[in-house]
Amino acid sequence: MKTDMVIAGVGGQGILSIAAALGFAALDNDLYMKQAETHGMSQRGGDVQSFMRISDQPIYSDLIPKGGADIILSVEPMEALRYLPFLKKGGYLVTNSTPFININNYPEEEKLVKTIEALPNYILIDADRIAKEEVGSARAFNFVMLGAASPFIEVPFEYLEEGIRKIFGKKGNDVVDMNIKALHAGRKFAEEHK
Amino acid sequence: MQKSLLLGVEAIAQGAIDGGMSGVYAYPGTPSTEITEYVQHSKQAKELNIHSRWSANEKTAMESALGMSYAGKRAMVCMKHVGLNVAADCFMNAAITGANGGLIITVADDPSMHSSQNEQDSRVYGKFAMIPILEPSNQQEAYEMAKFGFELSEAFGTPVMMRITTRLAHSRAGVSIQEAVAQNEMKLPEDKVQFVLLPGIARKRYKMLLSNQEKFEAASEDSSFNFYKEGSDKSMGIIACGIGYNYLMENYPNGDCPYPVVKVSQYPLPRKMVEKISADCDKIMVLEEGYPVVEELLKGYLAKEKVIGRLDGTLSRDGELTPDMVAKALGMSVEEGIEIPDLVAARPPALCVGCSHHDVYRALNEVVAEYGTGRVFSDIGCYTLGALPPYNAINSCVDMGASVTMAKGAADAGLIPAIAVIGDSTFTHSGMTGLLDAINEKAPITVIISDNESISMTGGQESSAKGKLEDICEGLGVEKEHIHVLLPVPKKHEEIKDIIRKECDYQGVSVIIPRRICVQKNIRDQKIKKAAKARAAAKA
Repeated sequence: MKTDMVIAGVGGQGILSIAAALGFAALDNDLYMKQAETHGMSQRGGDVQSFMRISDQPIYSDLIPKGGADIILSVEPMEALRYLPFLKKGGYLVTNSTPFININNYPEEEKLVKTIEALPNYILIDADRIAKEEVGSARAFNFVMLGAASPFIEVPFEYLEEGIRKIFGKKGNDVVDMNIKALHAGRKFAEEHK
Repeated sequence: MQKSLLLGVEAIAQGAIDGGMSGVYAYPGTPSTEITEYVQHSKQAKELNIHSRWSANEKTAMESALGMSYAGKRAMVCMKHVGLNVAADCFMNAAITGANGGLIITVADDPSMHSSQNEQDSRVYGKFAMIPILEPSNQQEAYEMAKFGFELSEAFGTPVMMRITTRLAHSRAGVSIQEAVAQNEMKLPEDKVQFVLLPGIARKRYKMLLSNQEKFEAASEDSSFNFYKEGSDKSMGIIACGIGYNYLMENYPNGDCPYPVVKVSQYPLPRKMVEKISADCDKIMVLEEGYPVVEELLKGYLAKEKVIGRLDGTLSRDGELTPDMVAKALGMSVEEGIEIPDLVAARPPALCVGCSHHDVYRALNEVVAEYGTGRVFSDIGCYTLGALPPYNAINSCVDMGASVTMAKGAADAGLIPAIAVIGDSTFTHSGMTGLLDAINEKAPITVIISDNESISMTGGQESSAKGKLEDICEGLGVEKEHIHVLLPVPKKHEEIKDIIRKECDYQGVSVIIPRRICVQKNIRDQKIKKAAKARAAAKA
């Protein structure tokens, strides 16, 4: 098995917690993983991305080649499109529909949605709404997103749950349960809409 | 075996801790910062009493590490590539003094300039100083090379450079942890004048360094981090350095690269392996991250060897390597995904909402407009974002501390008033000495130290300047009535403007310190306080 994904968003949106859960999921199950991320200057409200690679075979490159990603997982719709050159033919684009607008020339939302809907394989999900209304915590939207991408990730779903337990374990069962609930909610949406 | 999920930089830190390090010295700089932070947060390092406090700049860090090595203990100094320019005086001379306890200079280069002013390749410095260089290709090697680097350093009595680049620094992977070795006991150098670089002694030491070169080369030949991999297609041989090896192998996922390969992770180059690949193959492709250091060396000025790489356009001359760039160089087709749609807008980094620098620039811009623009010299930090819209407030950003001295030089040329904008930590890093120059000549400059009580760009580390700025400025000789501390908030806007204007009109050195804590640092500090309170409550 091998899954390469680009995780995208805006600095401060917390995409690294998604990567961390996946990382622990991989490591605890003796899979190989590499995860490259952005630090430093670009973090300040700029676009950020993380390359996540999981495989049962050794992985060489920390970067995913162009046209090599199985999944683009984005917590912001415009940012999802920025990484299209990396998406493999037949790969899935999974993105949150709630825009993060901190620039003057942000595109019209309607056009943005149309561009996404023109792609062959996509999941467009309002993770903010699902997190708030179905999960009960706006902060859990990251794991709604991971859940929405999970049908396309070749890592057993239970591993992702374990990963969440590992990163939130210190914060108590309530936080763990909420994020696992978010994971399930996202997965359910993706299963119904893929 | 225990496996930990570590960034490349964290792997180096853990490797150094397990390799018997007694102290790490550093000034924060992307992508090197997390090495020191990892040691600071490591329980193991705390129990072992390993030094990890930030230094004022890379030069003081390098000198402290050399001092620890002098005393017989293992030390590491960490910096980003441009930090080595600051530390270069000590770095070059440390190659002559040699090391007593193991000494590793870890330098994180930033090709493609993700967070930097240039993409200089530290291997050039390593060669300049004529010391061994280690260049890990993955996180496991990074971990193992820390301990190995200390051993190598002690075996030859030389400092060793560990060179990494952004992608390895900030990429995570599982790392197998090995048993830790104990720290060295304190032991002074046997040669009591080894570290006294008077000409007579320095000449002797330099001859020793020169005679060591052969030994360094032999060590590279024997190193398990370098190897020769046979291949059936001798039309080309590939020399792959550091993470360049990963991008090569990425294109042969089953390990079936048809060409002979020399993988290089320890320098000087393993001569016999290079000679063999040159003799066996029709031409040589060099894959290296950064400058074409190896390529240029092998090709020579007269290009007598058939060497291809960055210099002839097989690979891009600048920027970091990527797996698809290497694929194209190998003649493979790359099927890229869809092009980025036109509606995708650039999202440049920006100052945080509520940032104090915002209030400073808003006031400064209005005052500068009265004198004419083009007179604001700035520096390295979050406030460099003042160069971008909506501010367009600064006219320079060159190196740590250059704001003060460039303002002075411009004032010397007649650009009056000249204004410097520098951060608190950048000021204590390298701005203080420049301020002294300005004071000694009573240069008509206004220095704004935009003090957010934190080293913010790199993640909110403690600033050496904290609580000391007014005293430093006064001590250096700025007149007390020309030192102002202000609160940069919107309702003080007019007051701030008045002070800047008044000091711009003063024909001498003045310092204005707008002081308000970094909003990010404040959030983090509050969180830490809250957690400490909760812990105390739980105990009670």
